[in-house]
Amino acid sequence: MNDVIFSINGPVVKVKESKTFSMLEMVLVGDKKLIGEVIDVDDAYTVIQVYEETSGMRPGEPVVGTGAPMFATLGPGIISNIYDGIERPLTAMRDISGAFVTEGSALPALDLKRRFDVTVKVTLGDILAAGQVYATCPETPLITHKCLAPPDLERATVSYAAPNGKYCVDDVIVKVKTPAGERSFTLAQKWAIRKPRPVKSREPLTRPLVTGQRIIDTMVPVAKGGTAAIPGGFGTGKTMNQHQIAKWCDADIIVYIGCGERGNEMTQVLEEFTELIDPKSGRPLTDRTVLIANTSNMPVAAREASIYTGITLAEYYRDMGYHIAIMADSTSRWAEALREISGRLEEMPAEEGFPAYLPSRLAEFYERAGYVTTLSGEEGSVTIIGAVSPQGSDFSEPVTQNTKRFVRCFWALDKALAYARHYPAINWITSYTEYSDQLADYYNSRVSDEFLPLRQRMVNLLAEENNLMEIVKLIGADVLPDDQKLTLEAAKLARVGFLQQNAFHKDDTYVPIDKQLYMMKAIITLYDCCLSALSKGVPLSVLTASGWFEKLTKMKYDIPNGDLSGLKDYIANITKEIGSVRS
Amino acid sequence: MTADIQYTGLSGINGPLIALDGVKGAAFDEIAEIEIEDANGNRQKRTGRIVEMSGERVILQVFEGTSGLSLTNTRTLFTGKSLQIPLGTELLGRVMNGSGKPADGLGDIFPEKYGDINGRAMNPVARKYPRNYIHTGISSIDCLMTLIRGQKLPIFSGSGLSHNKLAAQIVKQAQLTGEGGGDFGIVFAAMGVQNDVAEYFRRSFEETGAAGRVVMFLNLSSDPIIERILTPRCALTAAEYLAFEKNMHILVIMTDVTSYAEALREFSSSKGEIPGRKGYPGYLYSDLASLYERAGVIEGSTGSVTQIPILTMPNDDITHPIPDLSAYITEGQMVFDRGLDSTGIYPGLSVLMSLSRLMKDGIGKGYTRDDHPDVANQLFAAYARTQDARSLASVIGEDELTAADKAFMKFGVQFEKNFVNQGENESRSIETTIELAWDLLSILPKNELDRMNDALVNEHYDAKRAERFFA
Repeated sequence: MNDVIFSINGPVVKVKESKTFSMLEMVLVGDKKLIGEVIDVDDAYTVIQVYEETSGMRPGEPVVGTGAPMFATLGPGIISNIYDGIERPLTAMRDISGAFVTEGSALPALDLKRRFDVTVKVTLGDILAAGQVYATCPETPLITHKCLAPPDLERATVSYAAPNGKYCVDDVIVKVKTPAGERSFTLAQKWAIRKPRPVKSREPLTRPLVTGQRIIDTMVPVAKGGTAAIPGGFGTGKTMNQHQIAKWCDADIIVYIGCGERGNEMTQVLEEFTELIDPKSGRPLTDRTVLIANTSNMPVAAREASIYTGITLAEYYRDMGYHIAIMADSTSRWAEALREISGRLEEMPAEEGFPAYLPSRLAEFYERAGYVTTLSGEEGSVTIIGAVSPQGSDFSEPVTQNTKRFVRCFWALDKALAYARHYPAINWITSYTEYSDQLADYYNSRVSDEFLPLRQRMVNLLAEENNLMEIVKLIGADVLPDDQKLTLEAAKLARVGFLQQNAFHKDDTYVPIDKQLYMMKAIITLYDCCLSALSKGVPLSVLTASGWFEKLTKMKYDIPNGDLSGLKDYIANITKEIGSVRS
Repeated sequence: MTADIQYTGLSGINGPLIALDGVKGAAFDEIAEIEIEDANGNRQKRTGRIVEMSGERVILQVFEGTSGLSLTNTRTLFTGKSLQIPLGTELLGRVMNGSGKPADGLGDIFPEKYGDINGRAMNPVARKYPRNYIHTGISSIDCLMTLIRGQKLPIFSGSGLSHNKLAAQIVKQAQLTGEGGGDFGIVFAAMGVQNDVAEYFRRSFEETGAAGRVVMFLNLSSDPIIERILTPRCALTAAEYLAFEKNMHILVIMTDVTSYAEALREFSSSKGEIPGRKGYPGYLYSDLASLYERAGVIEGSTGSVTQIPILTMPNDDITHPIPDLSAYITEGQMVFDRGLDSTGIYPGLSVLMSLSRLMKDGIGKGYTRDDHPDVANQLFAAYARTQDARSLASVIGEDELTAADKAFMKFGVQFEKNFVNQGENESRSIETTIELAWDLLSILPKNELDRMNDALVNEHYDAKRAERFFA
C-alpha cells in the first residue's frame, strides 16, 4: 500500500495506519522529497519530523522510506566544508539555489567529482578487520584522511585492492570476502548519527586541552577527551570564548556546531578562519575546521539533528587517531528544538515545558566525549565544549542544571564582569574543574613543578579578595590594615593583569603556557616581596609607588610571547628593588 | 483545481481560528479567501491561512478576526498560494496596513513581482560579514555601541521612556560611510502601537524630508492580532526586496516587539498549544529569530538590511522572555535606564548594559578613528568603576572614598552630563565624540587608564583638557 501524508502541523507530519516504517528511519516526504525522520510509531499513526520547511505540502502526497536510519556520510572532503544540520553542503547549495536556502535540494555531502591522491594500504590476501586503515589520502595540507574498515566488519580477506592513484569518493578501492559474500569499500562510508561509533577501550584523561586562554589553562583546565560547559546570559561572551578556543586550542581538528545561533556569526567564523594562520602549522585554520551551521531561522528539526551530525563527524576523525574539539553553540537551542518538537507531539511536559527525556538526551551527547584507544589501536580523543544560554541568565533553569550533572568542567560566565568589560567574563569563584587532579602529572612533568603551587596561591589570593570585598562594601577600603590592602592590590593585579585577556591583541589573544607560568610567578613574587617589606614596617604607599603594580598590569602587552627573558628580568628586579626598600 | 471550489459553512470557530471539513487538495500554509454574508445581505471578504491540517480537516487562522462569522454564513475559497505581497520601488512613500494592503487611499501597488512574506533563511555562506558603520551622530551610540550596516540592534526600553524620540533621531541623522552610501531607505513596521505613536513617526519622517523614502506598514493597537503576526514579515519582505534586488540600504524600524510577542501568545493559546515560559509558546525563540535573522548583507548585492527593533520591557525587566530571547538573537542591544532618564538625560541609555556585537570589526583603523577601540574600552571600564565607587559611597559616604574613587565619581557625573546627554537635534561627528571622550578621561589620574598602552595615553592625555568641565 502507498503511504501518504495524513496530517501536517509545522515540521510534524503524520501517516495514517502504516506498518512500513521503523523507528528513527530516514524517510523522504512529499513531492519535493524533503528529508524526515520517523520519531513515533503506533498502529494508528506514524509520526515524522521533517528537516525542511513544510509550507506548500498537501495531505495525500507520498512518503517513502529509505530503510536506513538518519546517517552521516563520512569520507575525505569533510574538513574545510560547511554543512547544515543534516550534512548538506551549504557552499554547493549556494551555487545552485542562490543566497537563500531552498528545500529539497538533495545534494551529496561530499564532492563526488573531486579526486584524491589515494595510497592503498592493503594488498591481495591481507586480513582486514574493523577499524583498520585500508587507504589514506591527503585531505587538507594538515590532515591525512584514513579510510577505515567499517566497525561491523569481522576479519575478512582482501580479494581486490586498487593500485595507488587518483580516485573519487565513490570509486571502489578495496573488496573483501566475508562469509556473507563480497563487500566493497569506497573512500566514503555511512554511519547512523544517533549511534556512537565503537572503540577498543576508553582511557583515563591525563592531558589538558591547551587553549592559550590564561583563565582556562591555569584556573579551570579541561582535559583532552573531557567535557566542559560555558553557561552565560546574552552578551557575556559565550560565542567569543568558543571562537577563541576553536582558534587556538591544540586539537588537531575542530568541529564547530552553530546550533540555532546567528547567521552572521557563522559568516564571521568562515571569514576569520580562512584568513587566520595557525602559528603551529602555518596554515589557515580552515584546514583543520569543519562547520555545521543551523542558524536560528533554519528549520527547527534539523537543529535537533545538527548536534548528532557534528559528533558523528568528530568520532570518525577520532577513529583515525586525531584529537578533536567540538564547540557546540548553543546546546540550549538544541534543547529548545527538543521542546518544540515535543510540544507538537503533545507529549506531557516536565520542567518549563521541556520533555522529561531532556536529561537522558544531554547525558547521551556528553558521554560521546572521551579519550580512547581506537579499534586499530591508535589514540584519539573528542573533547566537547558546549555553550549553554540560560533564560534570563538564571543558572537554575533545566538545561544548565542538567548539563552541570554531565560535564566535569564548568566555566560560568558572569554578567557583572561582562558589563565591566572584563573578558573573558569567566567567574573564577563559581567556575570549577574536576580534572585538576588527573592533570597534575602533566603540569608537574611537562610545564614546571612550580605551576600548581603558584596556581593555588593565586586561587587563595582571589578567594581572600572575595571575602575582603564583603567588608569593603560595608566600611570602605581605607580602614583595612596594610597587609589586607596589599591583598586587594595583588588580587586586582591578578584580575586585570592575568585573568583579563584581550582577544584582539596580537600577542595577548593566545598565550603559551610557559608565559602563563612566568606571569603568575611575577605576580606572586611581587606579592611576597611586598608582604615581607610590610612586615619590616615599610608603608604600603611606598610599595605601590614603586610602579611595579602598573608594570605587571601591562606585562601581557609588553612582553612578547616568544621571548620570556623580559619576565625573568622582572622577577629578578622585583626581588632586588622591593627587597631593598627600607622604612 | 481547488481554486474553483468554494466551501460553504464551517465546522468550528475558536478565537481567531476556524475549522473546515471535507477540504481536498489544499496545501499547508496556503491562503484562503473567506466571504461572509451578514443578516442584511452585506458581503465582506476576509483572508485566512492554513495552520494545521489532518486528513480533510483544515484549521485556518483569520487575519481580520472571526467576529460576525457563523457556521453557516461563509464561503471559503482556497487560492493555491501562500501569502504574498506585491513588491516594487513604487512602495517607497506608501502606507500599507498590517497585512501589506495599501491603506493610504492611493490605490493598488503596481507590482514588479510578488514576494512570499515568510521569506527564506539566508545561506550563511552567501552572507557578507557586516563591517561598515552607520554614523548616527549620537555619541553614546557611535562610540560605545556602534551601529553597523546589516546589523540587528534593538532598543530595549520601558513604557514612558524616550525610545521613539531616539529612533526618530537615528533615522534623521543616520549617514552611511564607506562605498555605496547613497541609496538609503526606511521601512517602518508598527505592530500594535497607538495611533499617535504611528503619527509621531510619520510626522518626523515628513519633517526630515525622508517621507518619500519610507514604506510604512501599520498595525495599530486596535487592529486584529493575527494581522500583527504578519506585519513584520510583510515589512521585512519589502525590505529584503529593496535591499537585495534594488541595492538600497534599508533601515527597518519595528515597534513594538512586545505587542508582537503578546499577539503570538494569544494566537498560540487559542490553538491549544503547550505554553513555555510565562505562557509564551515554546517556539518564541525560533519565531523571533525568523524576523531578526532577516537582517544582513549578502553576496551579489550592494544593499543591506539593518534592523532597529524597539521593545518595551514589561516592568523594565530585562530577564523577561521577550527581551531575553531577543538579545540572544540580535547582535547587541541599546538599553534605556529609567534612573538616568528621570534625571533629565537624553538619550538615557545605560552604557554598561548596552552592547554592539559587531562594532569590534567596524571601528578603528580604516573605519572611524585609530584610537576608537581603546577609548571605548577605557570608557566602559572607567564607567564600571564609577558604579562601584557610587555603590560604596552610598554606604560609607563620599568623603570616605579613596582619592582615586573620588576621581571616578567626578568622571561619572561629567560623562553622563556631557557625553551621554545630547540634544534632540544635535549631531556630533565621530571626531568630536572621541575628542570629548579624551577630555573626560583626562579627569582621571593618568595611571588609572589601564586599558590602553602608554604611548596612546601620552599622546592624548592632558589633565588640562578636563578643566573645561569645571570652569
